[in-house]
Amino acid sequence: MLAAVRCVVHRDLLLALRRRSDVATALLFFVIVASLFPLGVGAEPNLLRAIAPGVIWVAALLSTLLSLRILFESDHEDGTLEQMLLGAAPLGVVAAAKALAHWLVAGLPLVAIAPLVALQYDLAPGLLGVLALSLLLGTPVLSLVGAIGAALTLGLRGGGVLLSLLVLPLYVPVLIMGAGAVEMADAGLGGGGQLLLLGAMLVVAAAFAPWAVSAALRISLE
Amino acid sequence: MKWFWYASPQTFYPLAGRIARWCAPAAALLAAAGLYIGFFVAPTDAQQGEAYRIIFIHVPAAWMSMFIYVVMAFWSALCLALNTRLSGMMAAALAPTGALFTFIALWTGALWGKPTWGTYWVWDARLTSELILLFLYLGFIALRAAIDDPRRADRAAALLAIVGVVNVPIIYYSVQWWNTLHQGASVSLTRAPSMAATMLSGMLVMALAFWMYSIAASMLRVRAIIRERA
Repeated sequence: MLAAVRCVVHRDLLLALRRRSDVATALLFFVIVASLFPLGVGAEPNLLRAIAPGVIWVAALLSTLLSLRILFESDHEDGTLEQMLLGAAPLGVVAAAKALAHWLVAGLPLVAIAPLVALQYDLAPGLLGVLALSLLLGTPVLSLVGAIGAALTLGLRGGGVLLSLLVLPLYVPVLIMGAGAVEMADAGLGGGGQLLLLGAMLVVAAAFAPWAVSAALRISLE
Repeated sequence: MKWFWYASPQTFYPLAGRIARWCAPAAALLAAAGLYIGFFVAPTDAQQGEAYRIIFIHVPAAWMSMFIYVVMAFWSALCLALNTRLSGMMAAALAPTGALFTFIALWTGALWGKPTWGTYWVWDARLTSELILLFLYLGFIALRAAIDDPRRADRAAALLAIVGVVNVPIIYYSVQWWNTLHQGASVSLTRAPSMAATMLSGMLVMALAFWMYSIAASMLRVRAIIRERA
């Protein structure tokens, strides 16, 4: 089983490496969206400091949403997904491995670059760690839950817009807790509670989402 | 009682018609009674004046919006577990009614909020969760609409409903969790209600009316779906 995980993760990472532009586009999108907000709401430093956690988290949500399409689409088109369905490894394990690979490719770079974006917003240095930690705990949940939506909308017309309609409402608790952790830390209350809740969401998503993804894949490919 | 006898759309079709014929007049009568109690019998509220009377629509609609989602998830679970055709049709028939009640709850809440809180909308936990519930209903309907094969549509939407049902308890417990502007629940089964008996009875009669309406509307809709797929 672990061999299957390693194989799928290795393959997806290799594919992402060969097609670097897919990954880079989503990351660039994140930076651009975050840079647009000061142009829209004005460069007042206090205002920027106040909206920074929320803006960065919303940008991370949208960027993850964009990159969800790469999760299953090309495998679906060339028939690899059907072979995975027929293969000996349990489909839930394959789904978890694909979500992990997606997070490594799309989520982890966001965690790395978010503190830099936060500097543009003049976020206090002490909060950068909390922001990165909240993203580190939250973005895997986005990949796992998003994989359910990506599997359900596989091969549908207008799939991209539909995917956002299905997935964004489910992302709301992660957004509230993630941005809330930074705001609580900013208010001097410590973001520990929110971070623990994010960790709990991650555990629940990691336990149940692969199962739902495999069910969704079976529905979409039958 | 042979439950599985009615699991086939063919045998359920006439039963759905009979249920709808009984529930539709019951909904009209109960709504008339409930509105009469709400407008003429229930006393004026000491703090909120006449504006509070919108709760006779607002609270039952909010109850129904959450309850219908749970019923929809129940039928969805049956659809995935037993792979019966009728369960998917029932879930599909309930979704528009649930979305309607969610919208009514949000709309009447906004109308009540303006004179009472001084604003149509606040980003309170319960309002926000109700809005997300509306998005979940719309996502369910949109996913069904995007899939041409009805059996795949049933099963895909069923999975989405089960994933989304996690949101319903969050709505219910959000009052205790976040404890913000929205007042705590006024009606509870464990302690004496904090409102006049006539207000409570008006609200319960309206809730029954909404139940009857939901049953009648979903039965008529499931009949249409059965005819469509036959």
